[in-house]
Amino acid sequence: MNELLKNLTEAVGVASNEKEVRLLIRDLIVDHVDEWHVDAMGNLLALKKGTGASPLRVLVDAHMDEVGLMITDVDSNGTFKFEGVGGFNDRTLLGKVVQVGPEKIIGVIGARPVHLLKAEQRNSVVKMDAMRIDIGAKNKDAASGKVKVGEYAAFVTEYEELGETAVGKAFDNRAGCAALIELLRARPYPFDVYASFSVQEEVGLRGAQVAAYGVNPDAALVLECTPAYDLPNDDDVSPNVALGKGPSIYVMDGVTIQDPRLVAHITRTAAANGIPFQIRQPGGGGTNTAVIQRTRGGIPAATIAVPGRHAHTPTMMINLDDYANVVKLAEATLRSLTPEVIKRN
Amino acid sequence: MNELIKKLVEAYGPSGFEDGMRDLIRPEVEAYADEIRVDALGNLIAIKNGDGSGLKVMIAAHMDEIGVMVTHVTKEGFLRFTNIGGVLPHNLMGSRVQFANGTIGLIYSDRIEDRGKIHPLNKFYIDVGASSPDDCPVSVGDAAGFVRPFMAQGSRLTAKTMDDRIGCVVAIEAMKRLKSTPHQVYFAFTVQEEVGVRGAMTAANHLDPDVGIALDVTLTGDVPEARPMAISLGKGAAIKVKDSGMIAHAGLVRLMKQRADAASIPYQLEVLDGGSTDARSMQIANAGTAAGCISIPCRYVHSQSETVDAGDVESCIQLLVEILANPIEL
Amino acid sequence: MDTFKLLKTLTETGAPSGFEEQIAPVVQELWEPFVDTISVDRVGSLIAVKNGRAPEPRPRLLLAAHMDEIGLMVTQIVEHEGNGFLRVTNVGGVDRRQVYAQLVTVHGRKELHGVVGNLPPHLLPEDRRDKPYGYEDLVIDVGLPLADVEANVSVGDFVSFRQPLRKLQGKRVSGKALDNRASVAAVTICLEYLQGRSHDWDVVAVATAQEETRLLGAFTSAFSQQPDAAIAIDVTFGKGPGASDENTFDLGGGPVIDRGPNVHPGLYQGLQEAADSLEMSINTGTHSRYSGTDAFGLQIARDGIPTGLVGIPLRYMHTMVESLDMKDVERTGRLLGEFITRLDADFISNITAALMEEEKA
Repeated sequence: MNELLKNLTEAVGVASNEKEVRLLIRDLIVDHVDEWHVDAMGNLLALKKGTGASPLRVLVDAHMDEVGLMITDVDSNGTFKFEGVGGFNDRTLLGKVVQVGPEKIIGVIGARPVHLLKAEQRNSVVKMDAMRIDIGAKNKDAASGKVKVGEYAAFVTEYEELGETAVGKAFDNRAGCAALIELLRARPYPFDVYASFSVQEEVGLRGAQVAAYGVNPDAALVLECTPAYDLPNDDDVSPNVALGKGPSIYVMDGVTIQDPRLVAHITRTAAANGIPFQIRQPGGGGTNTAVIQRTRGGIPAATIAVPGRHAHTPTMMINLDDYANVVKLAEATLRSLTPEVIKRN
Repeated sequence: MNELIKKLVEAYGPSGFEDGMRDLIRPEVEAYADEIRVDALGNLIAIKNGDGSGLKVMIAAHMDEIGVMVTHVTKEGFLRFTNIGGVLPHNLMGSRVQFANGTIGLIYSDRIEDRGKIHPLNKFYIDVGASSPDDCPVSVGDAAGFVRPFMAQGSRLTAKTMDDRIGCVVAIEAMKRLKSTPHQVYFAFTVQEEVGVRGAMTAANHLDPDVGIALDVTLTGDVPEARPMAISLGKGAAIKVKDSGMIAHAGLVRLMKQRADAASIPYQLEVLDGGSTDARSMQIANAGTAAGCISIPCRYVHSQSETVDAGDVESCIQLLVEILANPIEL
Repeated sequence: MDTFKLLKTLTETGAPSGFEEQIAPVVQELWEPFVDTISVDRVGSLIAVKNGRAPEPRPRLLLAAHMDEIGLMVTQIVEHEGNGFLRVTNVGGVDRRQVYAQLVTVHGRKELHGVVGNLPPHLLPEDRRDKPYGYEDLVIDVGLPLADVEANVSVGDFVSFRQPLRKLQGKRVSGKALDNRASVAAVTICLEYLQGRSHDWDVVAVATAQEETRLLGAFTSAFSQQPDAAIAIDVTFGKGPGASDENTFDLGGGPVIDRGPNVHPGLYQGLQEAADSLEMSINTGTHSRYSGTDAFGLQIARDGIPTGLVGIPLRYMHTMVESLDMKDVERTGRLLGEFITRLDADFISNITAALMEEEKA
């Protein structure tokens, strides 16, 4: 059992409410870094000093937040209205268990029993604003005494491993956090490595921008978990990425063109070290690379991601070999990174 | 000037892949610049020193163009692709694209059942003559630009990338003609404009100008059934007041009008309901920049027959020179 | 200071986003007596500093209230039977369904009054008859012949809505541009509250530019002023006709202190404590993603700024009959003032440390 992945994914850290994860990660890295601090937005920033062989400053980012819910109102019957914090497919929510607030009160997202539905209701998607979270409170007063408006709710899933596959919530992006923790636990790199466990990625890539501004690195690497759609499909279309085929490397997404020099460096490194990799389907989506790249006078940045099936649901899946190869590839990428790679004429 | 235009508009340079464009522009500006820099994202910045009495002025013309990127190679060797920037499906049937390695591809779409409807982008494909992924000369993640030769017919100039290589031409010509300026002028040939005005953002963060002027194309209202807009080809440089991404600095708009009036340069005032330019980025960089834009009126933007008027181009060059040669008081 | 007079002065000045040079002098005149320095920056925001009492370098709190308003802009001058009419487009989030038959001011070479007209439905093309009027049909009519219009108006001229502030029952008022001149008024009241009270921190009061279009002044002023903390003040949704139940607030129920991703928990708590010390009635608001206010821009300037958000409940936002209760404006001013007097040298280190405190069971 990968304890790191288990502990990280079972912790709760909905975007802008990342304290529990921040504390957990701090404890996991504190013996392996030279300095750490928390900035104005709550990013956990750590410095691992290099050997002094290279003058570069390199930022490695992994966002520590996850998608979740925010309580917005209490109904007269003691159930809670809520909104999504981060992107949701409404179909994800119905009939799921959530943990609410700092005390992790268990609630369920119930629905009208299927027997009582009219035919057209059975065939329509229930919208989030028609759902309620039920913590079992008997009325409005009892409910308000337990949970306050503005508190957060997260999915509840116990981590498990099915052979090479792991199941859990929040692999997006605790898988990236775990990989970054492993990078910090390795021996020193030729240059100073700044780690940012950033907040609020799921609500608009907010934390990484200020982290990058503060660190002001020469280059940046973002560790992520990207959706894999390798499910049965009769059409000859791209699955974005597939589980088990290695780390996924971004070239272009909806908001970023990754630095071509770094992308070439990563693919060369993978080939040289015999690490499998796949190019993620260019197109939609986006990672913290977008905002890091545009900070200050521009920061060359690229993304390596663990493929994850069933993203933004409580039942995500990753392949543990892919995860191990992301760690391997990210480490090899850093160790072979030189100023020449990002030199421009 | 048409020789320079032809050289720039026919070149390859989709957003994010502007290295070749930089190599083309650099020799054109070297003789007129006091210093040349390339920044982390690949913006080419040619600096003309002032006499110390003026402001820091950034001029931005973007080098990149819209294009496509391969997302999937089918079993039969056809390429599915996504857009780089604002590629419109109805401009695609039968067009040709070129990859960085020289491979030419033809674009067509899946079977059309209803002629009244245009397929979305994911129903189009590129044919490079391959029969399987194994013999395909390009792969997922490779970018291509459109192919179309430059054409001059009377005063009308047509090309696949007037947007915004004609802005680059305006910048280059203005550099040549600008004998002296009180201002520290940064001519930035920017990257990644078409995918969200990104290059100008980092260039402006780094250069921290007082004033930012973008040079870019704008739409016109002078074609059949056009969206109403008071801009026509051949009626002069367009001074931007507003587009959907920014409202120009009111003082800078006034100054541009004054300079144009004083030098008898024909101009039109532009309120654009769609799109934006590098001025959007410059305006919000750092502590803020007094930002505006000189637009070159252009028909058929983001098609492969983008068309401008040579007289308008000349007016834009003259207006930019007048602005830069004189003090700027906002 | 008479709150009605203050709001009247502020709301009746027409200054759509990008045309803040109209309203900045009005705000400057109001703030000047209370502050140590005041000036307009490169994008048109008005920035005033009231020095604190602590030894330099003093921590700085930035208060941001946007002073721009939604409006229109001339896109074309069209002739009909010798008369000149103006076609327009929106500046900011105008609800085009309620533009028809409003009074406007066209800011041309000279200011022209006008009205927004449209052909009646039965004279419109059939496919547009049952739809709200759009900008393709609406015209601004200044009642003048073409030559007079052309002599005074150009494409690109700003157009502002024109509606005097009116008293409703009790302390409620109604007018245009209460979004967000009500908050500018609250900051004015805050600055007045601070006269004769001592505060350690510098207060940087900013009337921001172009919030309605792109939060421009929030991003740029936070960058230039480098405050240690910031608070955005803006209107929020009042309970009333057409408003949903959740996340709306009673007019007269007090300021709304917001939590959510754009807000630092330390600022949320600090504002709550200030309200408690004044025994002031307040409400908690939430935003689960984007707050749609200057707080969004302030928070991510440079390496991040702990940011708070205070709202004034307002009905009928982005119409010409925006309505609010003046008590909420006054309370918001006092709340900000009280928060400021309570700020001490350790405020930032305390709220930062709180991010790493174990939750008490």
